[in-house]
Amino acid sequence: MEIASSPHVASGASVDDIMRNVVYALLPVVVFAVFAFGLSALLVLTTAVLACVGTEYVLNRVAGAPDTLGDWSVVITGLLYGLTLPPGLALWMVAVGGIFGVGVGKFLFGGLGSNAFNPALVGRAFLQAAFPSAMTTWSPAFLADRFAHISSSTLAFPFARPEYDAISAATPLSAMKFRDTGTDPMELMLGLTSGSVGETCAVLILVGGIYLVARNMMNWRITVSILATVATMTLIANTLAPGEYPQPMFMLLSGGLMLGAVFMATDPVASPITDTGCWVYGLLIGGLIVVIRFWGGMAEGVMYAILLANAVSPHIDNLVQPRVYGSRA
Amino acid sequence: MAQPTTNQFIKGLWQQNPIFVQALGLCPALAVSNSAINALTMGLATSFVLLSSGVIISSIRSLIPREARIVSYICIIASLVTTVDYVIKAISLDLHKSLGAFISLIVVNCLILGRAEAFASRNTVGKTVLDSAGMGAGFTIALLCIGVIREVLGAGTLFGIGLFPDTFQTWTIMLLPSGGFFVLAFWLLAIGLWNDARERSAKTAEETA
Repeated sequence: MEIASSPHVASGASVDDIMRNVVYALLPVVVFAVFAFGLSALLVLTTAVLACVGTEYVLNRVAGAPDTLGDWSVVITGLLYGLTLPPGLALWMVAVGGIFGVGVGKFLFGGLGSNAFNPALVGRAFLQAAFPSAMTTWSPAFLADRFAHISSSTLAFPFARPEYDAISAATPLSAMKFRDTGTDPMELMLGLTSGSVGETCAVLILVGGIYLVARNMMNWRITVSILATVATMTLIANTLAPGEYPQPMFMLLSGGLMLGAVFMATDPVASPITDTGCWVYGLLIGGLIVVIRFWGGMAEGVMYAILLANAVSPHIDNLVQPRVYGSRA
Repeated sequence: MAQPTTNQFIKGLWQQNPIFVQALGLCPALAVSNSAINALTMGLATSFVLLSSGVIISSIRSLIPREARIVSYICIIASLVTTVDYVIKAISLDLHKSLGAFISLIVVNCLILGRAEAFASRNTVGKTVLDSAGMGAGFTIALLCIGVIREVLGAGTLFGIGLFPDTFQTWTIMLLPSGGFFVLAFWLLAIGLWNDARERSAKTAEETA
């Protein structure tokens, strides 16, 4: 008889199984991103993945650790990271953020399973602080020559300031915040607006999310909790002061909220483990997003909301830990 | 084991470097290391206070009652810091403004009080001079190491002189407080790796011998 330690029943889904399915779920988003923003987006995404994968490979070699590229997690990090960047971002900046995200956000914490923060967002947050103007310059979507011409800002020489040749566009969120102009929810749904490479088309992101939930590979509680919190808070604000605050539909579909709620906040390592914890975690992220978007200095706050919630997720788990049967307090 | 006297000086530069090894006085090291000139001024001002307070305290160490030693040290250090404050103001008002409150805060820099308590109060003037000079030099060098990286990346200049063509993209984060933490962490990592490698090679040398 063979004696083994628990768990005795395995679901059959291993880490690389789940991660490969996440890549499948992201594929429509990636294809649409390249279709909307052209060659520049393709280059940004390729550079992001190569920088992340390369960093993990080199650091594993230097540390003498086993090679971990086979679990696909770093490919996802690279893809997600690339999807959050502005389409015209200089490729050398993309590489810097990718190296920082995987090196500092993942490797220094101990690799997959030990990272306190989502590495893709760590890389993006570093870029946001290092190059604030490049990270808020958005090239318009569906330019006529997007498949023939690569924006000169994308190809900026390393350490040189990128020169933008297209007139930069406002994202729906910055238009709302700084110019008081709304955007048609249908356009947001279909991704006809400007924004980060992969955040514009809400429908495709939702399709990817539903695919993962159907395969039982994603924690839907976090996503539902975030979306419900944002919708409720916006509805209340909008009812009290309709002129000042946007419609819930606009808030849900604009900016990085969908991408963040479906693919970023659900990072299995940096989010809580308990079911109640997931609801609380989503509530916190949703609340922070609304607060930052409405009353903060920036137009978008999904990234910081998720990173802050990442930081407290172990504490959330501790707080909602059910009482052990028979124990006091 | 008898140590050569020069070791009293060298140890502050490397084995017991105030910033990189003892992690003392990190507040000014992070706050005013956003440019090389700020880092250098802060380092020199701290070194001056460290050296003169060390000399004074060690020469009158038998006169200071044990019970009132901390308050006596603070009085001596505070008088010296006031002097430094006026001197910097006389040399450059701009520099004084950019260092702000951190000059007065040298009084409570734990490095200075720490050396007074741990070294100057129980050693001869000669030894204290070597120790304080070493610690001061180590502190200044560490601040410069951080300040140079932050200024070159954050502003594209070194001591205010432009290094790159106009197209250089500045890294705003390096001028922000978080940049200070990242650069300090980078240095600690680099020094840690270097020490590890040296220990490992010393061990292999021992084993083969």
